[in-house]
Formats: sequence, structure tokens, C-alpha cells
Amino acid sequence: MTKKTDVIIIGAGPVGLFAVFELGLLDLKCHLIDILDRPGGQCAELYPEKPIYDIPAWPSISAQGLVDKLMEQIAPFHPEFTFNRMVSSLEKLEDGGYRVTTDEGETIEAKGIVIAAGGGSFQPKRPPMPGIEAYEGKSVFYSVRRMEDFRGHDLLIVGGGDSALDWTLNLQPIANSLTLVHRRPEFRAAPDSVNKMYALHERKELGFEVGQVTALTGTDGQLESATVKGPDGPVEIRCTRLLPFFGLTMKLGPIAEWGLNLHENLIPVDTEKFETSIPGVFAIGDINWYPGKLKLILSGFHEAALMAQAAKRIANPGERIVFQYTTSSTNLQKKLGVA
Amino acid sequence: MTKITYIAHDGSKFEVEAENGSTVMENAIRNAVPGIEAECGGACACATCHVYVDEAWAEAVGEPEPMEEDMLDFAYDVRPSSRLSCQIKVRDELDGLVVRVPERQA
Ligand SMILES: Cc1cc2nc3c(=O)[nH]c(=O)nc-3n(C[C@H](O)[C@H](O)[C@H](O)COP(=O)(O)OP(=O)(O)OC[C@H]3O[C@@H](n4cnc5c(N)ncnc54)[C@H](O)[C@@H]3O)c2cc1C
Ligand code: FES
Repeated sequence: MTKKTDVIIIGAGPVGLFAVFELGLLDLKCHLIDILDRPGGQCAELYPEKPIYDIPAWPSISAQGLVDKLMEQIAPFHPEFTFNRMVSSLEKLEDGGYRVTTDEGETIEAKGIVIAAGGGSFQPKRPPMPGIEAYEGKSVFYSVRRMEDFRGHDLLIVGGGDSALDWTLNLQPIANSLTLVHRRPEFRAAPDSVNKMYALHERKELGFEVGQVTALTGTDGQLESATVKGPDGPVEIRCTRLLPFFGLTMKLGPIAEWGLNLHENLIPVDTEKFETSIPGVFAIGDINWYPGKLKLILSGFHEAALMAQAAKRIANPGERIVFQYTTSSTNLQKKLGVA
Repeated sequence: MTKITYIAHDGSKFEVEAENGSTVMENAIRNAVPGIEAECGGACACATCHVYVDEAWAEAVGEPEPMEEDMLDFAYDVRPSSRLSCQIKVRDELDGLVVRVPERQA
């Protein structure tokens, strides 16, 4: 079933979140989609504990603190969230609306689209193993969507964080064999998982190698073995599936295929409505470009306010927009649940 | 002022006068040293400011903190001399420091 809402916001970073507020004041309901598993974009993923000093009226606030405050501020508008999903396509409908489709095939329709995709979607980093591209999607995977796909395989898992350790422990019982490879004997992952892994290793129920994968061998995308270079020289490990966990990086991703004009991986917009080359599709925050653009959170907030006015005109054509202050308008205060 | 020499992957040298208290990454960016990306702006969150510290300087520079070690897991071709340049603060003892830029950052 296709969901319907007023505005779909692609990206739940700080700017996408604040757009919910500005659109909400104009009675537009929002649905946000993000590939991360939580709101906050770069603030949550890259520097949650770092203080930010240039948010107006907050002499210092941590990046995660800012996200928490934004979530509190937009709560009265009950935005809907879809996490762990990449928006893979955007199409214009006959009736003037838009439909987006996620990488899992879910569809949502809306009267307007806001692209608040920041530096692009967070995607797994490709590890530095020569020729790995040829195996991707066939025998090399960057995430586990269905554990069953790995049953009975000779698994090689590379990395030292929670993803690597959690999947090592979860897949070990159903794999034919499993080897974990990490650059050093210390791990970033939770100590409890590390202890469990070492216990399994002691019982010879899984392999553990310190080193880096330097070569992959196989045919037609089907992996047969990997060379791990460790302190005692290279070892060859038989494997039919490889799961590398090397963290996330931001990539523009599918946005490039939506027929939008782009300028060096950014979306040019006008500075009145922040509209893209497709009418009714807006772009705000780090993803957009215009003369003088600064990639700052406060600029994104300003863009959200102006964009909302234009989005309102598209969603409810002909409706008069009255300029009001939140301090003095009982109408706005009712929406915020304070009057 | 403290002198730092960056050796790019193609062998070209960049000699830079750095202010104490700034980071080795910041001086690379300011002087457009090729091969240092620093996507996260020094938050120790991207591992794209990876350098190899010249052997003669290993001791003076010191060992990475655990947070940096964790981030180094994500760097390309990590060696014992690997450091994230955003985590090396410029100071008097580092006058003359030599660092090499890896083949690529990710
Ligand atoms: C270390 C560091 C320090 C910083 N310090 C400051 C500072 O002091 N002051 C300041 O103003 N700014 C600072 N910034 C910049 C600030 O974080 C960004 O300007 C801000 O995060 C931009 O917000 P955004 O909502 O536009 O995008 P982002 O925060 O980048 O969020 C975009 C979201 O969209 C998602 N997304 C993208 N494409 C898709 C898709 N196709 N499908 C699903 N999801 C998608 C991404 O996964 C991401 O979560 C800093 C940045 C960094 C890295
Ligand atoms: S600049 Fe990102 S880790 Fe150093």
C-alpha cells in the first residue's frame, strides 16, 4: 500500500528536522526517510559529542544535544520517520504529486519533496582490497539483510567494530566456517562481544587472524580465497563470502539519477524558494548550491523557513499565507500545543 | 613557528611553517598538500587525513590515543608508522617533522 503525506523529506539531518517545524507551522505533515538508523545526519553519525559554537543563542551545544533539541521542537507536529532506508527513486505523478521509492521497494506519495540529503547518503566504505568491485553483490556484502543467505558458507568477516563482532557472533553458528580478520588484537567493539569471540576462537570454533586482506581470488564474482598479510607473513584463507565492515562514508548516491540539474554533486537552487530544476522539488542544507552558499547548520535553518512558504503554495494552491510570529499568534501556539 | 615537511605520494615535498597548537592536518589543508582529504574536519571521524610519520620522528610524535587507533582501522594501507594527522598537535619538539602521504585515503 502506498502511504500518502503532504511533504516527504529525504534526509533526517539537522536541516531536514528543522524543515518539519517550518512546514508544520503551515499545516503541512512530513514524512522523513534516512538510510541511518536514527535522526541527526552528520551531527549524529560523525561528531555527536563535539560542541558546536555557532548555533544562534546556544553559545555551546553538543551535536547530539542539538539533534535532541530539534526532535523535541518538532514533536508537536508528529513527523513520521522511515529509517534504514535509502530513497532510490523519485518520480512525478500525473496528478502533480510525487512518488518516492526506497531500496526495499516501499513507496510514499506527497504533494512536495524536500531533499535535505546533506553530503549524500551514508554508505559503507569500500575497503582497500584490489579487485573487490568484481565480487560485490555476488560474494562480497557490506551488510546482512537476511542471515539465511550466509548459511553453510565459509565466511570471512573483516573489521574491529561492533558490526564486525556482532555479525561474527550471530553468523558463527550457521556458517560452515568463519574467520575474523582485524588489523590488531585490540577491538573498538563492546568488550563483551570481544570476549565471546576470543572464547569461540579458543575452542577452535572460529578462526581469528591479525592482519590486513591484501588480495582476493575467485572467478566470475565468486570468491574462493583471500590473502591476509599479518605479522608472520601472508596466509591464505578459504572463503565463499566476505563481509567487510569499514565504517560509513557519504556518497551522493541515487540522487544523481533523478533528472535534477547538478553542480559538482550539489543541487543548484534559487535563493527565494530553494527550488531545484524540477518544480515542487526543493533542496536545503548541505546538499544545495547557490552563489555565496555556506555549509552551515544555521544557513540550512534559514533555507528551511523560506522553502516552507513556497512548498505551502504548491501543496495548497490558492490558500492565503498569513505571516505570523510564534510569540504572539494563538493560531501558531495551538499547533505547538502551548495555547 | 615549527617546520613540517609533507612528502606527497609522488615524492614532491611541501615545507610548511606551522603555528604551535594547530594540527598537522590543518596545515596540510591550508597549504593544499595533495592527498590529505580531512572530510570530517578534524573530528577523528573519517580517517581521510592519514599520514606515515617518518621513522626518525616516531618517538617525538608519540602513540595514537585509543580513539585514533579505532579510526585508523578505517584507513587505507595502515602501517606501524600510521597516524591521523588531525590528531597530531604542532609543538616545539616537532620542529622539522617529516610525514608522508599515503597512495590514497579511502
Ligand atoms: C566534524 C564536523 C563539524 C562540524 N561543525 C559545524 C559547526 O560547528 N557549525 C555548523 O553550522 N556546521 C558544522 N558542521 C556541518 C554540519 O554538520 C552540516 O552543515 C549539517 O549536518 C548539514 O545538515 P543537513 O541536514 O543538510 O545534512 P546531513 O547532516 O548531512 O544529513 C543528511 C542525511 O540525509 C541522508 N540521506 C542522503 N541521501 C539519502 C537518500 N538517498 N536516502 C536516504 N537518506 C539519505 C544521509 O544519510 C544523512 O543522514 C560540521 C560538520 C562536521 C563533519
Ligand atoms: S580529519 Fe577526519 S579523522 Fe582526521
